[in-house]
Amino acid sequence: MSSTPYDADGLRRGDKAPETPYSPGMKKIGGVAGWLDDRTGAAKPIGYLMKKVFPDHWSFMLGEVAMYSMIICLLSGTFLTFWFVPSAGQVVYDGSYVPLKGITMSEAYRSTLDISFDIRGGLLIRQIHHWAALLFIVALSVHMLRVFFTGAFRKPRELNWVIGCILSMLALVEGFAGYSLPDDLLSGTGLRAAEGFMRSVPVLGSYISYFVFNGPFPGESIIPRLYSVHVLLLPAILVGLFTVHIGLVFVHKHTQYPGPGRTNNNVVGFPVMPVYAAKAGGFFFIVFGVVALISGLVTINPIWAYGPYDPSPVTAGSQPDWYMGFADGALRLLPGWLEFEAFGFTFSFNVMIGAILLIPVMYTLMALYPFLEAWVTGDKREHHLLDRPRNRPTRTALGVAALTMYGVLMFAAGNDLMAIKLHLSINDITHILRAAFFIAPVIAFWVTKRICLSLQRKDRDLVLHGRETGRIIRTADGKFFEQHEPLDPYARWNLVDYDTDQPLQLEAPADENGVASPTARKDRVRAALSRFYFDDSVPAVTPAELAAAHHDGHGHEAIEGAPADEDRPALESSRREAPPRP
Amino acid sequence: MSDNGTPHGEVVSHGGDDFGSDAVRLDQGHIEGSGGLPARFENPGLPPHVARMSDLSEKAAKRAEKQVATLFGIASLATIVFIIAYFTVDPEMTAFVPGIGEANPYNVILGVCLGLALLGCGMGAVHWAKTLMPDTEMVEERHPQRASDADRQRAVDNFLQEGGKSQIGRRPLIKFSLAGALALPPLALVLPLVGGLGPLPKDNLSKTIWKKGDRLVRDPELTPIKADQVTIGSVYHVLPANIKESHEVLEDKAKAAVLLMRLDPSIIKSKKEIDWGYDGIVAYSKICTHVGCPVGLYEQQTHHLLCPCHQSTFDVTEDCKVIFGPAKRPLPQLPIEVDSEGYLVARSGFHEAVGPSFWERG
Repeated sequence: MSSTPYDADGLRRGDKAPETPYSPGMKKIGGVAGWLDDRTGAAKPIGYLMKKVFPDHWSFMLGEVAMYSMIICLLSGTFLTFWFVPSAGQVVYDGSYVPLKGITMSEAYRSTLDISFDIRGGLLIRQIHHWAALLFIVALSVHMLRVFFTGAFRKPRELNWVIGCILSMLALVEGFAGYSLPDDLLSGTGLRAAEGFMRSVPVLGSYISYFVFNGPFPGESIIPRLYSVHVLLLPAILVGLFTVHIGLVFVHKHTQYPGPGRTNNNVVGFPVMPVYAAKAGGFFFIVFGVVALISGLVTINPIWAYGPYDPSPVTAGSQPDWYMGFADGALRLLPGWLEFEAFGFTFSFNVMIGAILLIPVMYTLMALYPFLEAWVTGDKREHHLLDRPRNRPTRTALGVAALTMYGVLMFAAGNDLMAIKLHLSINDITHILRAAFFIAPVIAFWVTKRICLSLQRKDRDLVLHGRETGRIIRTADGKFFEQHEPLDPYARWNLVDYDTDQPLQLEAPADENGVASPTARKDRVRAALSRFYFDDSVPAVTPAELAAAHHDGHGHEAIEGAPADEDRPALESSRREAPPRP
Repeated sequence: MSDNGTPHGEVVSHGGDDFGSDAVRLDQGHIEGSGGLPARFENPGLPPHVARMSDLSEKAAKRAEKQVATLFGIASLATIVFIIAYFTVDPEMTAFVPGIGEANPYNVILGVCLGLALLGCGMGAVHWAKTLMPDTEMVEERHPQRASDADRQRAVDNFLQEGGKSQIGRRPLIKFSLAGALALPPLALVLPLVGGLGPLPKDNLSKTIWKKGDRLVRDPELTPIKADQVTIGSVYHVLPANIKESHEVLEDKAKAAVLLMRLDPSIIKSKKEIDWGYDGIVAYSKICTHVGCPVGLYEQQTHHLLCPCHQSTFDVTEDCKVIFGPAKRPLPQLPIEVDSEGYLVARSGFHEAVGPSFWERG
């Protein structure tokens, strides 16, 4: 405590004028902000958030695209609810679309026609809603692939991966509920099939069908029920889970790719204010703009061309939206002999496997993957630096194999179109795809793994020998060699900053007294999986290897075997002698 | 290490830090005989900052400012065009749009204007951020997710000790009755929901409205069909005549839809099929036995019926048995005959459930 007496002016003696004097406008905003902070104390968290750093990479925008297209769906969907009538009540059409005048149809279908033809701008908003929904699922799927292949699901982000899996699965259901609402011939055929799916459930099938449709198919209840699921129940869950999802991203701080200056303990990037506010905010408008352009130029789901739903007619080439394609394809590939009768009951596995089990099983396996990998590696550390896919060859290969399976199912959903367009036999296509479902993933796994290992070796080679400059040097004694330029430390760091796991060593199955370890069997499985993952991993170059490569001048063969030749003078690090011809 | 490697890109090698490992570790000793080289490369820190044109010259910065303003200007302009088009363009007009063909220009104009407005806005903001806002990367430290040991202990203590004051541990009566009180009441909310969802199916899935003597009528004209009108190779979409009196037209139609075909009796391989038909005229359920799509495609030459949803293929000459695809059971046949006036009528209803399989169809 100072004893110097202060008068009022003396108190301000040391004060400095603010570096940038605030304009009257800013003062007014400051007043409002102050009023709010007095009542909420929000200045602290907001001040913190504005300085929060996010790393920059194009692949981090995939999740953003998903978020923005979800918001676009919410906005355009709210617009549509003002005119859409979720009712299966039958009416006679008298709107402005002449070809359907006088036709009996449901109110849902009529109101969708009205939105398309009689509400100004309604068709645009309807198409924005559908295109944004398609983009939403594309973006979240690709975002999931990015997270998977870069290992962003590892500790501490396993929970967020699980939430993401749930979000992704619910998005499929939300999409299906949405495109079933207009009650046109195509969507009604989809519901017809969905009713068949429900019936395939053992014991409860017909009850589930009657409870969902409130009696026999189609009934008048499914449209209003799907409507409340589509506009209330699922959006509430989606938005709620999404909020947790993005909240955890803030808590964990975003992962980053390895690179110079980036470590597992820091985040290198740009602050929210002003850079990310402008970039991410601007990006929302870009995504919206692209969706609006597509919706203005490309027709989607022209329900007026399909006609109202009627259980009797059907159109050739009936296909669901793309994200249900793989399930539809599975139904086309599953052979009929999977249905059989036993004990007087019918078991329809030909339907149930593809229609009821496939999606939950697929998402459960996906959600469990981080825990499986953590168990195999025994890795309990936090990981904030992403993997380059090539540096995890087995994971990358597993991912590509799974993707290949998905791709085969997706192709199968178009077996009829392929047969027509390519003049092939639909039977042959189906048989080939059935075989491909089992064979193609194995090939994809092997090829991907070999590519990853080759890329890792290429990286090693680049670090050890530098870039080939194309300059040929002739020495005084007539030898020729190509000059290699060593990588600068920044470029090199990108190629050497990764850890290589070693296969876990199996502990003795019994101790010295011959007492078997209670976990011996589990350990064996774990060690075998660990070998499967890491047996042939390619380690990053170490400084010693680099020095040896420079020193020897014969390439990295010398590092592994022969001792360095001390008699030969070391070349400059930027040069390397060509191996002598035999 | 570069000039600006510190302070932002400073890389300190930690020994056993909270993360368990660091990307840069110097604490693992040295490799023997390598002249004291570290086991791993050192993180070189952030690379030198490369200045942008707009950082170096005020002229370039001014140009960037103009570009951003132009993009924002496009956003406003496109919105104005949108508003004008909204009121002035006829929504019902169709015209030739280059690259698309015959289209509704109203939707195209609105979509393109809205797209340009939003893109101008977004691209302006991003261009502004990329050219004029600071582009030096910042570094933020991470901290382990786990709370400190003291905080964890406090949470446990609060839960166990303070929670223990409720005496739940030593009052089992409360513990068990509480479990019931929490578990059971939700049933009171779930039951009315589930109970009210729909009627029980009973044997409805196994029945259709086809009865003995029902005339076969064309769908959708609902006119009866004489046997001699059905020529070889032709196919009719058929409903029972009593669909006219139905109160649940779509529901009844969804089960009763039938396909009527006439084949040369000599190529029909199934005796039952000939018996249940009339002079080569046969009627089969149109509802696929896979998941219930209408089996809409009839190949006259091969006498195959194909379901457009999942490509199940049925051979009409073999009692509609499945010859390809995911369906298992043949399409059920409707026995038909001719009444006194020469019209086709059902001899009985279907003898089995039509449509997709279900558990108790037997």
